[in-house]
Formats: sequence, C-alpha cells, structure tokens
Amino acid sequence: MERKNMKLQTLRTVATVACLAAILMLGACKKKAAPPPPPPPPPPPAPTASISVSPDTIQTGQSATLSWQTSNATDVSIDGIGAVQPSGSQQVSPTESTTYHLTAKGAGGTQEATTRLTVTQPPPPPAPAPSPTDEDLFGQNVKDVYFDYDKSDVRPDQQGAIQGDAQFLNEHTGINFLIEGHCDERGSIEYNLALGDRRAQSAKNALVAAGVNASRIKTISYGKEKPFCMEHTEACWQENRRGHFVYQK
Amino acid sequence: MHLRVIAVSPAAPTRLHFPSALIFALFVLCAPAPQSQAQDWVRTGTDLGVAKVRLAVPDFKPSTNDPQNTALLKTFNDTFWDDLDNSGVVELVSKSFYPLQTPAQPPDVTFQAWNAPPPNAAMLAFGNLGVANGRLTVLGWLYDVKNTQSPQILGKQYTDAASDDAARVIAHKFADEIIFRLGGGIPGIAESKIYFVSDRSGHKEIWVMDYDGANQRQLTHQGSISLSPRISPDGTRLAFSSLSKSGWDILMFSTDLNRLVTFPHFGATNLSPSWSPDGTKLAFSSSRTGDSEIYLCDPNGANLHRMTANKGPDVSPAWNRKTGAQIAFVSGRTGLPQVYTMEADGTNQQRLTDQGYAVSPNWSPNGQFLTLAWIRKYGPGEPGSSDIYLMDIASQRWVQLTHDGGHNDFPYWSPDGRHIVFQSSRSGREQIWMMLADGTKLHQLTFTGRNTQPDWSWK
Repeated sequence: MERKNMKLQTLRTVATVACLAAILMLGACKKKAAPPPPPPPPPPPAPTASISVSPDTIQTGQSATLSWQTSNATDVSIDGIGAVQPSGSQQVSPTESTTYHLTAKGAGGTQEATTRLTVTQPPPPPAPAPSPTDEDLFGQNVKDVYFDYDKSDVRPDQQGAIQGDAQFLNEHTGINFLIEGHCDERGSIEYNLALGDRRAQSAKNALVAAGVNASRIKTISYGKEKPFCMEHTEACWQENRRGHFVYQK
Repeated sequence: MHLRVIAVSPAAPTRLHFPSALIFALFVLCAPAPQSQAQDWVRTGTDLGVAKVRLAVPDFKPSTNDPQNTALLKTFNDTFWDDLDNSGVVELVSKSFYPLQTPAQPPDVTFQAWNAPPPNAAMLAFGNLGVANGRLTVLGWLYDVKNTQSPQILGKQYTDAASDDAARVIAHKFADEIIFRLGGGIPGIAESKIYFVSDRSGHKEIWVMDYDGANQRQLTHQGSISLSPRISPDGTRLAFSSLSKSGWDILMFSTDLNRLVTFPHFGATNLSPSWSPDGTKLAFSSSRTGDSEIYLCDPNGANLHRMTANKGPDVSPAWNRKTGAQIAFVSGRTGLPQVYTMEADGTNQQRLTDQGYAVSPNWSPNGQFLTLAWIRKYGPGEPGSSDIYLMDIASQRWVQLTHDGGHNDFPYWSPDGRHIVFQSSRSGREQIWMMLADGTKLHQLTFTGRNTQPDWSWK
C-alpha cells in the first residue's frame, strides 16, 4: 500500500513535471528554445604552409619547379593552379613573372604563403618577324622626284623614280598619298607657290600615266615656304626642288 | 613763281601731275638707251626741272604748363617732321639754319628771319601744343613767308583726348593738309596703312602698321601660313591667301569686325588676290583646273570665271588702279616668269618684259606705270639680283629703282603715287622698306622677324 502510494506519488510527480514542461513549452512557442551550450572542444592545431620555386628566375619558355609543404591543412590551393595536394611539387612555365599564392585551410585556421618567379625575355627574340606597315613600305619604296630650276616637267633622270614609285603603288593599291610641290629659295613667293603646284601636278600626272588611280593622290604646294635644306648652294636648292611623297591613311 | 599759284589754288594745274612729271623726267633721261645697262643710276637726274618748296618746320611749342606736354611735343614734332620729310614734295630746311627765336603763334613770326638766307625758306609751318583738363589741343599754321602781306595758307586747330597716339594722329593730319596744299592737290599718305606678312609670332600671319612703321599689330591668327594681303579700296575687307588642310584658300578678313568672314573654298591652290579699284571684283590665281590661271569673282566669291587658259603658271594679278580696265599678271607660259597685261575681260594678253625673271607687278594710281621685281640676268651662274623696276606701260621703257643689293620684291605703290613700299633682304633678313618712286629717301620700316609682301591701303 505504502509502496503503491509512493509509486503513485512518483507518477504524479512525473506527470506534474511533464505537465509543467508542456505548459512551459506551449507558453514559449514564439521563442526559440536556447540549445544547451556545447562544451568547448579542445583547439585543433593551426595549419602551417610554405612554398618555394626553383630556380626563381627563368627566361620565357623555360620551366621552374614549384614546391610546397603544409601540415594540419585539409584544403590547399594555389591561385592560378587550383586545389593541390597538401604537399607536392609541380613544373611551371609562365610567360611572364608570376607570384604564386598558396592558401592552406584546416580546422585550425588558414595559413598563406607566397613565392615569386621572375620571367625575363630571351636576349634577342629569335626574329619575331615584325610585319612592316604600309607606311614603312611606302617610306622605303617611294622615292621623291626632283626638278630643274623653274621647271615642272619630270626630267628624264627622274623617270626611273616615277616608274619605281608606280610599281610599288600599283602593288599596294590600299595606300593613299599626298604629293607636296616644293621650290628652292630663289624666286618670288607667289610664283613659287604656283610652280610648286605644277610640280606636284606633274608628278601626279606621271604616276597616273603609269597606272596609279588618280583618286588616291592629293597634291599641295608649299612653294618655298618649307624647304628641306637651308643653305644657299646649288646642291641645297636641288634638294628643295622636288615633289615629296607623303603617306596618308 | 609757282608758290603763289599754290597759295591761291591747291589744285593748280602746273603742279597737279607732280609724280608723273618727275617720273616722266626719268624716262626722258634714259630714252636714248632704254635697253642698255648703262642707264642704271637715274637718281642723279631725278630733281631736274622740279624745284621743291623749301619748308622750314621749327618745333611746335607748349601752350600750357601741363606735365604731359613734353612727351607729346616730342611725339608730335618727330612725327610731323618725318611725315613732311617722307612726302617727297618739300625740301625741309635744316634746323641749324633757323633763327634763335622760333614762333609759337602768328604774331611771333619775323618774316626776314625766315625768307632770307640762311634759311631762305619759302614756307614756314609752326604752332603750339598743350594739354588742359586731359584734352590735347594743337594749333598749327602754314605761312608763305615770302608773301608778307597775306602769308597765311593754313590755320588749323585740332583737339583730342590727350594721348601719344592722338599727338601722332594730329601730326599726320596737319602734315597731310600741308602736303595737299604744296603737293598739287594730291592727298598725303600720313594716315595710310601698310598691310604685310610677318613671321614674328612663329607663323606667317597678316599684320598692319601705320605708313611710317608705327603701331605694328597682328591681324590674323591662322597658325599656318598666310600670304599676299590685299586690302579692299574702302578699307573694310582684307583678302589674303592661307594654307589650310585642304590646300591654299582665299580668305576674307573684315577690318570692321576684326575677324574672318565667309568666303567660298574653291579647292586646289588659290593665291594672290587683287581688288578692282571699284571694289566690285577680286582677281586671283587658282589651279582648280590643274594649272594656275587667273580668275575673277565678286567680293563674296560668286560669279567665278576664268580669264586665262595657258600652259604654265599664271599668278599675281594687279588691276590698273585708275581705269580698272586692265590687269597685269605674271605668267610662266614661255618658261621663266614674265609680266603680262590683258584687258579686264581676258583679251589682248601682251608680254611686257623681255628677259630674265619678272614678277610682282603693281599698277601706279595714275594708271601710267607698273612697278615690278625683276632679275634681268637670271639662271645658273648668273649673279643677277632681284631689283625693283618702274615701267612705263605705253612705251615699255623701264628704270631700275633699287641698286643696293639684297633680294628686292613685292613693290607696291602708295595712294599718292609718290612712294613705293617693298620687301628687301639688303639688311639681312627680309624687311619692309619704303622709298620715293624715283628710288630716293629709302628707309626701313620693320625690324623684327621676317616681314614680306607689303600692301598699301588705297587712301
């Protein structure tokens, strides 16, 4: 009887506690029940990382060995290479100087390490074959035409220059150009401008006769306003009596 | 004798054609051998038959006590003396001959002190200048000192805000009055302007100055190459040639607005504009057909039409400034450039020069003469120099005006027909020079940078 009562009393206590607990839980239905704080785990060991490259200077095209070691890391990656083994080595051959940046992550945190590989250009680039521009070709191939004093006709010894110019220009039909007519310092400003105009026209006409499309050619006269040579000698004057060819886009 | 005539009538017929008479005397002189080289130095004979009026010009005196007077008197007296000296119509009596007492006003004049030797002056210009309350007043008289009964020919009063420039302008105005009376009724040039090309800003631009070289200032700011200025007869527009990206264009500058005004782009190379004397036409050269030819158009560029059609460059047109009926120009149609004339409709093209390298024609205001730049002996090995020549159109006789070395080019007549301005390298670099139309009274007007292609205003 006594034991029965005790048992019953225990049951009632349990029921009461359960009821109270239920009421408590119901009453706190809008609030999260705070989880019980876990006991702090023991701190895991921090990761370590190192990276090196050998040699640290190469020329373009050569390779170097990248080596790294880590410990206590679960997640190791190198920028530009990606995820890698915790320790290892790899051949690299970048085309320009590169900084390798290793990141080691582990339970104990993150550790970073860097190394730099310097890449130099090989001494003479083995003939990289620079393709010459139209302007370069124009400058190398098109020769100015020279005139006798007070004359604007293309003299016989200049026909070779005209023919050479025309051959080049007919092979490079995409090039447009300007012919400047120039005169020597003798003579009068106004007449020399008209004479320079005729020299430019004369050179143009000779090229057109040799098959160059007239629409590619502009002319302008500078008279004696922009001499090439400033001395007062016949050699210098001859330098200045010319049709000067100028590349235009 | 003739002085009395002038005093009575400014337009006395005996003196009316002074420049023509003077220059005609040159041709009479060289007539026996017009084509020979022996006729060169003409200036020994230029004064024959033409006695110039002896004019005494004592310094003007102060009429007030203003401290500005000293500086303004110096400007006035220097400018006034130079104007009269440059005019070519009077002989200034040297100041060393003047009496100790010089007049400031009419009662001060002692006739015997001036009309007898040593001054032996026929005319006396005198007066006074003073600043009062910021105003400059100049009183000036011109006396015929040999006519003691009624000596006064001129009595003038000028008033302006007191400034150095005002003193200069008043001196020009009074000098021009005197030159008008003593020079046969032809207006003086003291207030005229000379347009020219100067590179002193770093680019060849158009500049302008007073006829005596004062007040030089830049007109255009194209920043490329600007050449061949030509002012319109009324002085309101300046045509010139300028290099743009597309070539040489004629540009039009308004002197009223002080900026460029619209003018069409004709394409190709357009050079050397020239105004007709009535200001209604512009002649210039254009290579729009591929060869430089002379064209005419209206002042706004409309009604373009071609006057010449020859192989070889045609440039540098110059109108007959009296009649407007002919145009002189330069053509290389036979080889070296030569000077030609044609009617203003393009007909009757005549070659005037017989040899050498002849350019830059300019017609005298009376229509009788051309000046030109000529290298008579031209070619490799020929030490020919470019000199200024004067040619009588009717007879095609010529006189050489410059002899002093250097390259001389672009002669241009003054509005009174007594002076010629031109460019010369005789002092080293090209500069603007001026002389009387007989080659005397040569003096340099510009000194900074290179200065070329002078063009004289029409009045």
